[in-house]
Amino acid sequence: MEEKDKKQESLYVKLIPYFERYGILLLLVIMILVMHILQPDVFLSWRNVTNVFKQISWQSMLALGVFMVIVTAGIDLSVGSIMMLSLMILAIVAKAGAPWFVVALVPLFAGLLCGLINGLGITLLRMPHPFIMTLGTLYIFRGTGNLISGGTPISGFTDEVRYLGHGRIDLTWLGLEKSQYLPVSLVLIAVVYFVFWIFLNHSRTGKWIYAIGGNPSAARASGINVNKILIIVYSLCGFLSGIGALILAGRTDSGYPNAGLQSELDAIAACIIGGASFFGGRGTVLGVFAGVMIMGILRNGLNLMDVSSFWQQVLIGSIIVLAVYVDVLRRDFGTRK
Amino acid sequence: MTSTNKLLLEAKGITKYFGTITALENVNLKVHEGECLGVVGDNGAGKSTLMKVLSGLYKPSQGALFFEGKEKVLESPKDSQILGLEMVYQDLALAGNLPIGENIFLGREPTKNIGFLKFLDFKKIQEMTNAHLDKLKINVKSADQKVEELSGGQRQAVAIARSTAFNAKVVIMDEPTAALAIKEVGKVLDLINKLKSTGVGVIVISHRMDDIFSVCDRVMALFQGTNFAEAQLDKTSRDEVIGWIMGKK
Repeated sequence: MEEKDKKQESLYVKLIPYFERYGILLLLVIMILVMHILQPDVFLSWRNVTNVFKQISWQSMLALGVFMVIVTAGIDLSVGSIMMLSLMILAIVAKAGAPWFVVALVPLFAGLLCGLINGLGITLLRMPHPFIMTLGTLYIFRGTGNLISGGTPISGFTDEVRYLGHGRIDLTWLGLEKSQYLPVSLVLIAVVYFVFWIFLNHSRTGKWIYAIGGNPSAARASGINVNKILIIVYSLCGFLSGIGALILAGRTDSGYPNAGLQSELDAIAACIIGGASFFGGRGTVLGVFAGVMIMGILRNGLNLMDVSSFWQQVLIGSIIVLAVYVDVLRRDFGTRK
Repeated sequence: MTSTNKLLLEAKGITKYFGTITALENVNLKVHEGECLGVVGDNGAGKSTLMKVLSGLYKPSQGALFFEGKEKVLESPKDSQILGLEMVYQDLALAGNLPIGENIFLGREPTKNIGFLKFLDFKKIQEMTNAHLDKLKINVKSADQKVEELSGGQRQAVAIARSTAFNAKVVIMDEPTAALAIKEVGKVLDLINKLKSTGVGVIVISHRMDDIFSVCDRVMALFQGTNFAEAQLDKTSRDEVIGWIMGKK
């Protein structure tokens, strides 16, 4: 009898790492199944699935950027504003009649530059916490975006500029119907997430990002230039927000003052739901993707069922609290004190 | 033994100011091959500051460091690592979220090239970790275990393993047994003796006379940021060393 208990316990212990790693995917699969049961005709239809991916496309970029920052035990509140400013610059450059590749590249540089400003502020100005620097730039970048655009929407981009956010990859050669296309934004998400997965897990810089989150003084004592890595991380976060701007430009065909308003909170929420720890050093790219998907599917599913958006807020908030509570339990269980 | 062995590290006239505070004043220190130097002193005597100067974390306001007879200026811990000078910090300086192997090689990870990109060579990290842990007879379940899952003694062992993974010539340990359960202290002291036998010069900062008298060959005391007393271990006693710590000769 006792023997059996022991065996069961060790099975538990063996399962925990897998649960840690793939638990969030399990939640995602369960959600998909539940939505499918509730909306069997619509939810898993080609049209709706591609819709979900189109809806999460730009948020997924912000979330990935914020995730890297959170891994270093930092935070970036300015991603929504970076995206808005980059979008406005894109719109102005487009309006001025610049060639399409300039219009498409400008938001990426703008985003990178904004992120660089965050990184330099946090390290060189020695801000007590990234929260403060990025809270400042949250206002600064959005204000700048409104100043340069006069606070009014600017619309009308060429098809090339809109390709990443609006483009379709035709699949009729596979014998599928014309309506069964692949959104370019879906391919973009896959490529960007894969590249950053490789970067974070298989490069030295990526490993150092995790090390800084785990113990910054250990990283420093190991000869890692912590400030340099932080500047890289915030710059990349800005760059990803710039990609978000380019996608959003494609989706909406317009630069508008409210773009990305409060989306920094969605990005943080997706990271936390996806298992990133606010204490830093913990979380996976796959988890963030699952977090973004869970939020996207929840919104989509509740919309399909005509549930009020107020309930969406309540549900997403509850999931955040629950996800973090699971993290707390896990830390209690997995760490020797 | 000390006078016959090669001099590895020498600090001459080290002075360090923090604003108007003088943390160290004209401090000298020597350590030879295969020798263990114990550094004792009360809280605030300047032990940790001295060690941070030796590891390149602080720059001395005055004075110079000599490594194997040549003067060296350390700009960062990286510089001291290149010379073969390693530090084991009191707070262990390990990243708990990373596995043992990645901690040991943190900042110096082996890589392999695929095209023009450099990727971490996890297989090599694991092989080198296992070989190194075997050499030091450190037992852990697996090199993939996260450091936060280890006991205090195992963590200290990993920290020491980390400091010696790259052919260190001098290892500086700040209170190596302070955070440990009693039964783990002996293992760490054994490890220090093992390092000495391979020719490594060891500097141990400790409050614990048991540590000093079981591994050190020579002991020096700092008092209010200055050299206060120094002796070969066999020419002094615990009571005398405790007196030095309190500023009595």
